[in-house]
Amino acid sequence: MIDKVVHSLAEAVAGIPDGATVMIGGFGGAGMPSELVEGLIAQGASGLTIVNNNAGNGETGLAALLKARRVKKIICSFPRQVDSQVFDGLYRAGDIELELVPQGNLSVRIQAAGSGLGAVYTPTGFGTELAAGKETRRIDGRDYVLEFPIHADFALIKAHRGDRWGNLVYRKSARNFGPIMATAARCTIAQVDAVVPLGELDPEAVVTPGIFVQRVFATGPGAAAGRAAAPGGTR
Amino acid sequence: MKRLTREQLAARVAADIHEGAYVNLGIGLPTLVGNYLPRDREIFLHSENGLLGMGPAPAPGEEDPDLINAGKQPVTLLTGGCYFHHGDSFGMMRGGHLDICVLGAFQVSVTGDLANWSTGGADAIPAVGGAMDLAVGAKRVLVMMEHQTRAGESKIVERCTYPLTGVGCVARVYTDLAVIDIVSGGMVVREMVDGLAFAELQRLTAAPLTMGMR
Repeated sequence: MIDKVVHSLAEAVAGIPDGATVMIGGFGGAGMPSELVEGLIAQGASGLTIVNNNAGNGETGLAALLKARRVKKIICSFPRQVDSQVFDGLYRAGDIELELVPQGNLSVRIQAAGSGLGAVYTPTGFGTELAAGKETRRIDGRDYVLEFPIHADFALIKAHRGDRWGNLVYRKSARNFGPIMATAARCTIAQVDAVVPLGELDPEAVVTPGIFVQRVFATGPGAAAGRAAAPGGTR
Repeated sequence: MKRLTREQLAARVAADIHEGAYVNLGIGLPTLVGNYLPRDREIFLHSENGLLGMGPAPAPGEEDPDLINAGKQPVTLLTGGCYFHHGDSFGMMRGGHLDICVLGAFQVSVTGDLANWSTGGADAIPAVGGAMDLAVGAKRVLVMMEHQTRAGESKIVERCTYPLTGVGCVARVYTDLAVIDIVSGGMVVREMVDGLAFAELQRLTAAPLTMGMR
């Protein structure tokens, strides 16, 4: 029986090595897999390259990972926020490397990785300093910049509900980067509010097919029930 | 001469958004336009983080942390609205599916170049977000901004000195003094605030204007 459901945070984030590239879903706080990020901090991997739209808010989640000095480099579109003080301090001190990417290029580079493309020509950023030094090409009278895929070793994402095959549905605008990051990592770990039995997710409405998901961890009220029912019990 | 307030400027932009338009309002000043959209028109607001049919702010106590706009403020979804992931959202933007986007700006050049993401300061934390995607992707890019900086410098320029967001992308500029179209021949003034003479507008603008008021 295939069961991708894991029953502890430690199990969820096991095996993420030092120096890994880790995608973290979310747009600000919406869709941020905070429990998995807490698990990653406890797990201890360092020298990480993080891919996220932002660079942490407040003092929790991604900001706490940065504060623990586990991150060597961040690839993101919008690090500057009213509450990005942790990133700001590290950046000003030269203690973190930043690759700033227009949001749509971040998105399409993740999609390119997930869908097996070698690169994409995108119009976004043409003629700007964020395209400086990059290959360009004019196609049908329009100018494009060549951008390369962003592959990840792991993706940490948050969904609303999942099943033991890894099928996922999301909630409102917390969907954001989750479905595309799930496609671009060798190992995608989804935290969900609840694990539901196979068949309970409407096949017509599954957003992320289980092929893209390797581990599912329940954080919500249903988590305890899921654990009790799980073969092998809890740790 | 009486300059438009931020609210009057937002209302002026809103008046030009047509029935059925798919529209993205940038963060900051353009977000205000949403408050002035004509109530008798159905207009689809897009938010880059995966919303079409975005509604107004929720009532106090009704906020949902999973339902936010691009500025990360709580919003609502209109009946008939929908959610989608970032790939689809930026496909809508980059793929030319949005009719209009409204952006703020530091500078706009006479050829429609836009600078709105960075002042290029050495110690500034850079952040670009979705601005470059909107600049290249929307069918019509509208800019709304104060005509001059607080120091009194023209934000309309011959060539942008701040880092560019997009090249030749701006169709029209709404300022607190005028509405100006950018056409292949340059900048054409379509409206001016009451009591402003064309010569005075030109004096306050660091790029050549032509008079095109009908």
